[in-house]
Amino acid sequence: MSIDTAPKQSWWNRIAHPGQFVAWTRPLLWPLTALTAVLFVVGLWFAFFASPEDYQMGDTVRIMYVHVPNAWLSQFVYGIMAVSALGTLVWRHPLADVSMKAAAPLGALFTALALFTGALWGRPTWGTFWEWDGRMTSTLVLLFIYLGIVALWRAFDDQLRAARIIAVFTLVGAINIPIIKFSVDWWSTLHQPASVFRADGPRMPGSILTPLMVMFVAFTLLFLTLHLKAMHTEIKRRRVVTLQRKAAQGASS
Amino acid sequence: MNAFAAMLGRELRLALRGGGDVLTLVLFFVIVGAIVPFAVGPDKALLERIAPGIVWIAAFLAMLLGLDRLFRPDYEDGTLTLLRHADLPLSAAIAAKVIAHWLVSAVPLILASPVLTVLLAMEGDAFWRTVLSLLLGTPALAAFGAIGAAVTVSIRRGGLIAPILIAPLSIPVLIFGVGAITATQSSAALLFLAALSLMAAALAPFAAALAISSAED
Repeated sequence: MSIDTAPKQSWWNRIAHPGQFVAWTRPLLWPLTALTAVLFVVGLWFAFFASPEDYQMGDTVRIMYVHVPNAWLSQFVYGIMAVSALGTLVWRHPLADVSMKAAAPLGALFTALALFTGALWGRPTWGTFWEWDGRMTSTLVLLFIYLGIVALWRAFDDQLRAARIIAVFTLVGAINIPIIKFSVDWWSTLHQPASVFRADGPRMPGSILTPLMVMFVAFTLLFLTLHLKAMHTEIKRRRVVTLQRKAAQGASS
Repeated sequence: MNAFAAMLGRELRLALRGGGDVLTLVLFFVIVGAIVPFAVGPDKALLERIAPGIVWIAAFLAMLLGLDRLFRPDYEDGTLTLLRHADLPLSAAIAAKVIAHWLVSAVPLILASPVLTVLLAMEGDAFWRTVLSLLLGTPALAAFGAIGAAVTVSIRRGGLIAPILIAPLSIPVLIFGVGAITATQSSAALLFLAALSLMAAALAPFAAALAISSAED
């Protein structure tokens, strides 16, 4: 054991060590899981029992409590990926790669869930599972982008090299998503001016807002928990690959 | 500038002397357009209504088809590595490649589009709007295609994954391209199309260069 004379690094640099990161964040995992579970119980109780029916939609309004948080996450996760992509390209932070990779399938999942719950909600309220409405269409395109990024991750053998390339694509996507959103809105108003979709539906009273907010926080925490766990798993996976490579080298020499 | 012109000339010579590729692409474009009536029936009114969409889908598919040629041969024989260390910035070399790609794969399609407009029963005015919209929109397709090709260049079987990545990005081009052909709001769509092409053409070389230099490290 030698005396540590190296200059002291900031936490930002020290967390770049995957082992440090896992050691620091593992104690967070259980409290996060418990908090998420509690919030889900509270939120679902509010959603099912302590919130009123909508005067137009009846009981189906309760789908909103799972639909809206998923729709919010579908965009929030892309934001996380874009920030991680910046981290990869600008600072070459090793954990930004891991964060980016772990977020992609989760983003695809939440986007798919947003579409699915939206379809279930749309059937009783508008009488159709799918409408080529601006918001739904751009969410579908977002799902395609997520799936493309997941496919891209799977196509590369060398995950370290893949990270910077995928970061470039993620940022290109981030620039493009607002454009896609705008163009799809332009297109859908052109094609179906009288939409069933009322963007400013009934004003929300507090009795609906409370469960919605609780579910919002619960879903966001769910994502953060899953994201953290997926990052740990990815770090372990990389370690296994490295060990296998070392073992193979040892066997051949 | 000299190096840029030389790069452009090299790309054009390679594409034109490679034998038949340009004509094959045009043939593909016309065949895709001509095959749709067989699927939906020879109803003239219907065809006229969906013709803008058919022309754009055919152009989109034809542009995707040529993408694999953009970087892959140069990646495999090491030319890209040389280009990275050349005096000309990699992004400028890629811009030259994208311009050459547009010249050999989009311009022939635009020249061949009259054939499709006749086959798909578009009247005279729509014909000119088709040419104009293809002229303004295909640069954006070429630019997005370059990003997709650059991202997938180091994947051995990247040919399948590039279209999956490019298609969602190209949706605005298709929307405004078709919008520019249909009579209502045509001029607004043309302006959006031009804006998209300018933006994509300006940014794509840098993004593609970044992806390629990361792939080579």
